[in-house]
Amino acid sequence: MKKKMISIWFFIGLILTVYGLLILGAGIYDLAVPAKLRVVLGNLHAGVWWGALLVVLGVVYILKFRPRKT
Amino acid sequence: MQNPGTLVSLGGIDILIIAVYFFLVLTIGFYLKRFTRTGNDFFMAGRGMTSWIAGLSFVAANLGALELMGWAAASYQYGILATHWYWIGAIPAMLFLGIIMMPFYYISRTHSVPGYLQLRYGNSSRSLSAVCFGLMTVLMSGINMYSMALVMKVVLGWDIHFSIWVSSATVAIYVALGGLLSAIFNEVLQFVLIWLGALLIPIIGMIEAGGWTKMVAKIQQNFSGDYTHLWRSIGSFTDNPMGIHWTGIVFGLGFVISFGYWTTDFLVVQRVLAAKDLRSAKMAPIIGAGFKMMVPLIVILPGLLGLAVMPGLVGESQAVATGGHSYNEVLPLMMARYLGPGLLGLGITALIAGFMSGMAGNISAFATVWTYDIYKPLRKKQLSDSHFVSVGRWTTILGVLVSIGTAYLVMEFASIMDYVQALFSFFIAPLFATVLFGMMWKRATPAGGFWGLLAGTVSSIGMWLWVKLDPSALAVIARSPDAKPMAENMYRALWCWIICAGVTVLVSLWTKPKPESELVGLVRGCTELPSEQHLRLTQRPIFWAGVVCAVFILLNIIFW
Repeated sequence: MKKKMISIWFFIGLILTVYGLLILGAGIYDLAVPAKLRVVLGNLHAGVWWGALLVVLGVVYILKFRPRKT
Repeated sequence: MQNPGTLVSLGGIDILIIAVYFFLVLTIGFYLKRFTRTGNDFFMAGRGMTSWIAGLSFVAANLGALELMGWAAASYQYGILATHWYWIGAIPAMLFLGIIMMPFYYISRTHSVPGYLQLRYGNSSRSLSAVCFGLMTVLMSGINMYSMALVMKVVLGWDIHFSIWVSSATVAIYVALGGLLSAIFNEVLQFVLIWLGALLIPIIGMIEAGGWTKMVAKIQQNFSGDYTHLWRSIGSFTDNPMGIHWTGIVFGLGFVISFGYWTTDFLVVQRVLAAKDLRSAKMAPIIGAGFKMMVPLIVILPGLLGLAVMPGLVGESQAVATGGHSYNEVLPLMMARYLGPGLLGLGITALIAGFMSGMAGNISAFATVWTYDIYKPLRKKQLSDSHFVSVGRWTTILGVLVSIGTAYLVMEFASIMDYVQALFSFFIAPLFATVLFGMMWKRATPAGGFWGLLAGTVSSIGMWLWVKLDPSALAVIARSPDAKPMAENMYRALWCWIICAGVTVLVSLWTKPKPESELVGLVRGCTELPSEQHLRLTQRPIFWAGVVCAVFILLNIIFW
């Protein structure tokens, strides 16, 4: 019997979640302890909302494409 | 802290993000090895890909890091004119591949484009195209590898040998393990990362510039000349920074170069051949075209934003002389400008992912053509399927090693890069004429196909040499002494396509055609194409091709 392959979208969900958590964490840290060298429009805190967006996307993909036994 | 002489500096979180990426692509390679036991699995990804996966992989294989960096730089240099390479230089050809050509590639069950030539014209045409394609693909892969390592050195200060060996070893491992299946899976992943890593630059850039209208006003304030219109300035060679005329864009780029690349370069066509059925194979290039149309958002727009918010970037030689920044660095400069900790790592991962998707595309296509179109015909005795899978795995590693060798050769003799890139262009335009006549004209004969392809390739080399030896020949080849190298390429491609087509027709009319019974599944008029009448309108590829075509026309009108 042919083995069932895990969907590529599941792997994408995984990496988006991990990246989202890392970027969100870095963004929150930057919010609490602002770096000396600021990027242009650093006040927008892109890391926080972009990281959160990646986490949401990643979790949706993980849940939708998670490997199932049957 | 930033290393002196580098554009950006990565923090611990950025390095971690890059490390996670390398870990995941290798994990996918190891995981997929168990699913690639037969030649069909290894070389054709089991012909089981959905239209979305095949379509995204089709675009990703072309979306290399040099593509991102190079076209962002080109848009800083030439303005929105660079968008022609994404729109008229890609969309019509991709739709043509999906609707007109794909049925013949797919129904013939060929494993490669040279394989199609073998079925249609015989061994001579197959051998000529396979040897040229194999050689050029692996050399191009080496050149891209070197260029990427150079970018990493300039941007991050990474050792050039480290970049070459780590990235190429990673690609070699995951492609050798999982073949085309692994390459396609990783290309889809890389495509998503490229978008998520690069999309923030135009978003934050537009906020800084104050929107499109204010950005255009700033560009007009900073520079003289038209940088923001697609067609208005190309009525004459001298009215635009590219030195090109609309005939070169429409016929040279939009017809010959674009159709040659998107419909016959096996690097991209291989991804579509892996689709699970004919409808998916037809939909894949259409889905790819939809995404290709959006790529200027992450490539061209950053260059235009650079013109608005970072005026003063100069050409490479001037930058070296003055110690300033070159427009070739516009994309990493924009990353450093807008992306903070973590996001910068994601942006750099996007560049690395772009490089690896391009390289994996080259290597997996090379392994297939080498194994099935060069090695197999040379072996007379019957060999098992597992033998060819094994040859494919070893060819992948060999291809990567030859690419590394090319990268080091280019490091020593930089001018080789120009020659190899020119060599690649010699072959693509005439190949399009050969394949097109093969699919559309049942009277085309094996001799016509072979001599047409040879004449087109030789004439292209001849024209290139003529201009090299006598620069005044540019006025003849490119129709103007003011033409820039890009314009010369357009016209050379157009002439060699015409020569190839002319020789194919003439020789075919003088030689005996194949009987129609041998052309079934290969040629229009001899092949019964499956009906799509039973499908709903929204399930039909032609409907979505029409939608993409309408958006393409609308975009050209908006940015006219």
